[in-house]
Amino acid sequence: MTTLAPAADAGLALEMSRGDTLVVRVWGPWTTGARRPAADEVDDRLASAPKPRRLAFDASGLEDWDSGLLTFLLHVIAVAGRHGVAVDREGLPEGVRRLLALATAVPERRDTGGVARRASVLARIGAATLESARGATTMLAFLGEVSLGLGRLVVGRARYRRSDLLLILQEVGAQALPIVSLISFLVGVILAYVGAVQLRQFGAQIYVADLVGIGMTREMGAMMAAVIMAGRTGAAFAAQLGTMQVNEEIDALTTLGISPIEFLVLPRMLALAIMMPLLCLYADLLGLLGGMAVGVGMLDLGVVEYYVRTTEAISIADCVAGLIKASTFGVLVAVAGCLRGIQCGRSSAAVGAATTSAVVTGIVLIIVFDALTTVIFDLIGL
Amino acid sequence: MALSTPVGPSHSDARITVRDLDMRYGERVIQRDLNFTVRAGEIFVIMGGSGCGKSTLLRHLIGLVHPARGDVLYDGDSFWTAAPDARESMMRRFGVLYQSGALWSSLTVAENVALPLGEYTRLSAAEIAELVSLKLALVGLAGFEEFYPSEISGGMRKRAGLARAMALDPDILFFDEPSAGLDPISSKLLDDLILELRDSLGATVVIVTHELASIFAIASNSVFLDAETKTMIATGSPKELLEHSPDPKVRRFLTRGESEGETTHG
Repeated sequence: MTTLAPAADAGLALEMSRGDTLVVRVWGPWTTGARRPAADEVDDRLASAPKPRRLAFDASGLEDWDSGLLTFLLHVIAVAGRHGVAVDREGLPEGVRRLLALATAVPERRDTGGVARRASVLARIGAATLESARGATTMLAFLGEVSLGLGRLVVGRARYRRSDLLLILQEVGAQALPIVSLISFLVGVILAYVGAVQLRQFGAQIYVADLVGIGMTREMGAMMAAVIMAGRTGAAFAAQLGTMQVNEEIDALTTLGISPIEFLVLPRMLALAIMMPLLCLYADLLGLLGGMAVGVGMLDLGVVEYYVRTTEAISIADCVAGLIKASTFGVLVAVAGCLRGIQCGRSSAAVGAATTSAVVTGIVLIIVFDALTTVIFDLIGL
Repeated sequence: MALSTPVGPSHSDARITVRDLDMRYGERVIQRDLNFTVRAGEIFVIMGGSGCGKSTLLRHLIGLVHPARGDVLYDGDSFWTAAPDARESMMRRFGVLYQSGALWSSLTVAENVALPLGEYTRLSAAEIAELVSLKLALVGLAGFEEFYPSEISGGMRKRAGLARAMALDPDILFFDEPSAGLDPISSKLLDDLILELRDSLGATVVIVTHELASIFAIASNSVFLDAETKTMIATGSPKELLEHSPDPKVRRFLTRGESEGETTHG
């Protein structure tokens, strides 16, 4: 007999009886929180000669038990099964026997794929590569469907509800004004500050108006409005469509022969493409006001002086460049939001992931396309 | 068992034929080698234990998931090899009641039922409103036209979903677990409603369920999917399967596991 733990804690002892039966004796409090002996001793004993033919239990000294005892017993029973040792559960308390019977009733499903999760690094790189290739394919397929939908929209055959479009226009346009006002005004202030600190050294503070004017109209107005839209509207689109996917609402449209792309994606894309240039103009204006606030308040420039300098600095071409960017960004944000929403899985966690992914995809697309268009505008001299 | 109102020239008409269908989820096989026929006017039940692929089979039948192999034929015409237009017109003959009702949450109950009518008919707004009221009255929801889905109970959402499924007077009605989440009385009422609709509209009904009471009350034919062997192991009238099925798994399912002498799990 081997004692593995003092009597105050949970105890375990192994002894042979009637020649071929290994009796596992357990005593004391076998609870999850308490200190319990490990099952290694039993494993070793079952594996070493002379091999027992039967395994029995003696739980007469057991004071208390919970799942802690059950996990130990399940392990012992599994090991015994592997060694071909018959297990006699008679010596265990009634409740333990019944729970063990429940736990071992349904054999573990082999085809659930749970084991295959631990793959090697190479296999995981391969899987990730295939996954991103699949991601690119689905994105292209989505863009293709959207283009077909746009084609049908142009010839007036797309199926969507006008009232939906109006509602979305309101949501993405008018309701976004407060946040766009705040952010663009502050961006104007920041631009002016950055410029003022440098330009003041040369006594050229009036050129702050040029800096803010060109910076806002060509670049920051469109980009800030787009980033706000990605966080606000792109995320909302992904969440709306994702929830519709979870509730089988998109399936219900599909089986009715109504394309979810036309019915759900087109109005959202259209709404953003229409509203983004307007929001961009508004953001430009607020940014200029922010710059003026710094110019007048900090650099002692006159309001009229600043205004005149601004009108001299910016041209229609700057505004047009900004507006073209803004429309493109609007489409990109809508595509990112709707794509992630339509691709969403069928659980609430998937909706959260789709929303996050929509914002990230949206912002990445905005910055990449901004860089591209800036280079292209420079090449064509816009 | 005899059908009360056979529809079409003969009630042995094959309305839906499933041919050598394999279903997969990625690499994992869900069911394979499915072959069965749903005849016109039948109430056909797809049954089997949880997780055996019943709802997935339904999603294959209604054209939401492309089968890994095989085909589904409607009145003898292949669904999956058909041109998109032909497929769309086949789908227009379906009415589907989804497990959760799947009402469009941004539309009122009336707008939900009206949407298919507006898309596919040339009826005036007044005529559509009349039809919507009729369909809602048929499912016992008269007066709930202006409610949004979030404002009504789960059972009512399901009935509203049924009204929407019936909007275009479909030939085939599909139900995904219609009694899930309903109390016994509502579930019985829904069964009665399904029988009533089959008899009055002459529709063919396909139901995914594991509700034994419903199965025996309304089904005239069935297929039993087995999660272990990953294929169908029985087809026929549930009452006959209960008495004569040679497969103990089917008998155990139909008797809630109390069939004679069979105690192994699976």
